[in-house]
Amino acid sequence: MPSLKALKNRIVSVKSTQKITKAMKMVAAAKLRRAQEAAEAARPYSERMAAVMASLASRVQVGPESPRLMAGTGNSQVHLLVIAGSERGLAGGFNTNITRAARKFLDELLAQGKTVKLLFVGKKTRAPFLRTHRNLIIGTIDQTHIKTVRFADAKAVADDITARFEAGEFDVAHLFFSKFKSALAQEPTRLQIIPAALPAVAESKPVGDVPAAIEYEPDEESILADLLPRNLAVQVFRALLENAASEQGSRMTAMDNATRNAGDMINRLTITYNRTRQAAITKELIEIISGAEAL
Amino acid sequence: MATFKFELVSPERMLASANVAMVVVPGAEGDFGVLPGHAPLMSTIRPGIIEVYATEGSSPSARYEIEGGFAEVTPEGLTILAEAVTAI
Repeated sequence: MPSLKALKNRIVSVKSTQKITKAMKMVAAAKLRRAQEAAEAARPYSERMAAVMASLASRVQVGPESPRLMAGTGNSQVHLLVIAGSERGLAGGFNTNITRAARKFLDELLAQGKTVKLLFVGKKTRAPFLRTHRNLIIGTIDQTHIKTVRFADAKAVADDITARFEAGEFDVAHLFFSKFKSALAQEPTRLQIIPAALPAVAESKPVGDVPAAIEYEPDEESILADLLPRNLAVQVFRALLENAASEQGSRMTAMDNATRNAGDMINRLTITYNRTRQAAITKELIEIISGAEAL
Repeated sequence: MATFKFELVSPERMLASANVAMVVVPGAEGDFGVLPGHAPLMSTIRPGIIEVYATEGSSPSARYEIEGGFAEVTPEGLTILAEAVTAI
C-alpha cells in the first residue's frame, strides 16, 4: 500500500496532466474549426479547376506529344510515394493510419518488383520508415514553420515533385493523406498525382445541347500544359488542407479521451487515498484506546 | 441593362462573385473585354490588371492585380481562376 504522501503526489500529477490534455483539446477544437473553414473556402477553386480539366481532357488526344505530366513517361517502374502527415505528435492515430496505408501500398509495389522512392511532407510520418526503409527515402519537406496552410506552401511541394519528375527520378507519383470526414473519422487516402488521373468526361449532356464551340487562346495543348502543374498544386493544396483538418480532429478526439481517462484515474486514486487515510486514523485511535486501557 | 455573372476565385477562397456589365481581362494573347453574351472562350492570363465595370460607366468599379491565371467564359458567365490576386 503506497503512503498517503505518495498517493497525494500522484493525484496532483494526474490532475496537471488532465489540465494539459484539456487545454490541448480546446486548442485543437478551435484550430479544427479554422481548418474546416479553410478547406471549405478552397472548394470552389478546385471544383472549377476539375471541371475545366475535364472539358479540356475531352478535347485533347493523349499521345506521345502530350504533356508528360498527363501522359506519363510510358513506364511504371519507379514509383514515388509522397506521404503527408503532421509535424506534431499527440494526434491519436492520425499519423499511424497514414503510415499504415502507405506501408501496405509500399509492400505491394515492392512485391511486384517495382522501385519505390519515398518523399515526406512533415516529419511525423517519416520516423516509422526511417527504421525499415531508410534507403528509399529521398527527402522530407519541412512544414514546421507553417501555421495555416497557404497555397504557396502547396505550390512549393508541387514544384519539388514536378522538378523531380522532370529530372526523371520517377514514373508514377502517389500522394498519401488523410481525408477529413468528421472530427471522429478520418480516412487515409491514396491519390495518383502523376500522371494526372483526369476525371472521366461527363458524356451525359443532352444531345440537343448546342455543341459549345469554345475558342481557345492560345490553343488546347498550351492551355493544358499551363494548367497541369497548377492542377497538381491544387491537388496537393487540397490534400494538405484535408490533412490539417484531420490532424486537429484526430487530436481533439484523442485529447478528449485522455481527459476522460485522467478523470477516471483521479476518482480511483481519491478513493484509495481516502481509504488509506481512514485506515491510518482508525489505527491511531485503536492505539490510543488500547494504550489508555492498559493503564 | 444586361449583366453577366463574374467570379474571381483564388485557391484559398472566392474573392468576388457578382453580376457585372463588363470585365477586361489581360489574356495571354492580348487584353479582351467580356460583355454579356460573349462567345465561349478559354484563355490563359498574363500578369496584369483585371478591370471590372459593375455598370456601363466610364470608370472601372474594381481593379485587381493578377499574376497569371486562367479565364473561362461560358454562357453562364466568366470565371477567373487565379493564384495570386491583390485588389487595387
